Amino acid sequence: MSQKIKVKQKRWKEIIRKNWELYLLLLPTLIFFILFHYYPMYGAQIAFRDFKITKGIWGSDWVGFKHFQRFLNSPYFIEILLNTLRLSIYSLIVNTPLPIAFALMLNYCRNRKFAKVLQTVSYAPHFISTVVMVAMLSLFLSTRSGFVNQAIKALGGQEFNFMASPEAFPHLYVWSGVWQNLGWSAIIYIGSLSSISPELHEAAIVDGATIMQRIRYVDIPGIMNTVIMLLILNVGNVLSIGFEKVFLMSNSLNSSTAEVISTYTYKVGMVQAQYSYSTAVGLFNSIVNFILLVTVNTIARKVSDNSVY
Amino acid sequence: MDKKKIKLSKNDRIFHSVNTTILVVFFLIVAYPLYFVVIASFSDPTLVYQGKIGLLPKGITFLGYERTFSNENLFIGYKNTILYTVIGTILNIFMTMTAAYALSVRELYGRRVILFLITFTMYFGGGIIPKYFLMRDIHLINSFWVMVIPCAVNAYNLMIARSFLESNIPKELYEAAQIDGCGRLGFFRKVVMPLSSTLVAILVLFYGVGHWNSYFDALMYITEREKFPLQVILREILLSNQFSPDDMVDPETQSVMQQLANSMRYAIIIFSSLPVLILYPFLQKYFVKGMMIGSVKG
Repeated sequence: MSQKIKVKQKRWKEIIRKNWELYLLLLPTLIFFILFHYYPMYGAQIAFRDFKITKGIWGSDWVGFKHFQRFLNSPYFIEILLNTLRLSIYSLIVNTPLPIAFALMLNYCRNRKFAKVLQTVSYAPHFISTVVMVAMLSLFLSTRSGFVNQAIKALGGQEFNFMASPEAFPHLYVWSGVWQNLGWSAIIYIGSLSSISPELHEAAIVDGATIMQRIRYVDIPGIMNTVIMLLILNVGNVLSIGFEKVFLMSNSLNSSTAEVISTYTYKVGMVQAQYSYSTAVGLFNSIVNFILLVTVNTIARKVSDNSVY
Repeated sequence: MDKKKIKLSKNDRIFHSVNTTILVVFFLIVAYPLYFVVIASFSDPTLVYQGKIGLLPKGITFLGYERTFSNENLFIGYKNTILYTVIGTILNIFMTMTAAYALSVRELYGRRVILFLITFTMYFGGGIIPKYFLMRDIHLINSFWVMVIPCAVNAYNLMIARSFLESNIPKELYEAAQIDGCGRLGFFRKVVMPLSSTLVAILVLFYGVGHWNSYFDALMYITEREKFPLQVILREILLSNQFSPDDMVDPETQSVMQQLANSMRYAIIIFSSLPVLILYPFLQKYFVKGMMIGSVKG
């Protein structure tokens, strides 16, 4: 028995001695992740307590699933969940095929110079900050001075206040996202397409395949792994609609479609100071997301040998 | 593929014409809004306001820019953001490169567990409230460092860096250096860093833009005006009256001030994107590389 422990200790010493410099390099980042990621996960237990400032996180009373139940029974629950799902599923449906199509189209563009310029220009919006992006939307769509409404009026239509309309919000959110990120998301497919062996294309050409047939039988199968991998990751994020853009685009008039889980968490937590309740809502979101990711990944691994981990 | 003027089939000719048309339309859709911001920023505010600006700037004036440059808040925000970005990115590079190198060494004991624990944080978190309490407890609220330390490492970028180093720093290189009496630290400093300039450029790009555009952290943790980063100030100026006066007030009563404020917004958008615009041509060639490393399965 003591022999075994000694061997183990020796092994540990050996490991540390051999690689202590690597552990030293790793140390700051390890501390970072423990402090800024794992400690807050531990602190998330206030979702199961009635947090009182005077009692602190560890002293507050344990209440189990009270806050989760409150959220599930709240009149906002269905609305917020639907708003979140609407935005994310809509984005998913639009943002999965479009970058693939764009990459394929660029790939077959015969004017290489134009393709190159287009590609460079298409990345540019990705670097615009969310604040500026939303500002541009509201300037362009403004009823009096925006060029969109000017164009509508010129064509004989009625001006429309897009930024204040709950019906328009999901479309604005998703399509401005397409404008901003299509080129960027296509990069990965462009790279993936370029790694397909040219011989396959040559063989297809010799066989008299049209471009559409080459896309169908050479390109699509060639990039399928990448497509599935990204799809898994995106489905895993289906409930985590980013906070910033929705928060910045929402106002009192469009909030019936623009209140999502992340903005609700912020509102009840940081504005109304219902700390335990807000954490419970956030935790609910995280857990559902995580379950989705694992499920989709497992299915993908079974069906097609593809998985992210 | 070298093509010896193969005659295109009818099918393919249709494909090419449809393809080119769609791409040209797409080009216009992406480029026009960007172009419009530029020309609107130095056109006559009244004409911009009336929607008379289409393809070319009209009534060129720099009033919008003059007002932008006389805005004190904007300069405070600009200065703060430059500081946050420069110091933040230096810290990012240090933390990411050291950890990525350590994690790229396959013999490192416990490597898989640590990798899993880091990846896990990409999909699961404690939420904003526990994080807020943490910042409060370690006295980071309203501190300069709250814009730098809590985002010192990004898990995704760390994974990119690690897979880059795994495929670019062969094991034999270290073995050779070892014979010359070089330890891991020396190897990292003298061999890994100089061989990773592409990676560092990509990381600087990703982290730098992230800092420049960062808004949420400041919204959460900073309440003192003199520490506001640019994006918070921008939000105040650009989105303060998203739809109120402009859309509700009777057109007769709209003042020149309102038109000028509108023009100033275009100028501010240009001014605030300046660093990215200037660096864009230089960093452009790294985009594809960066995204491609990111696609390598971890």
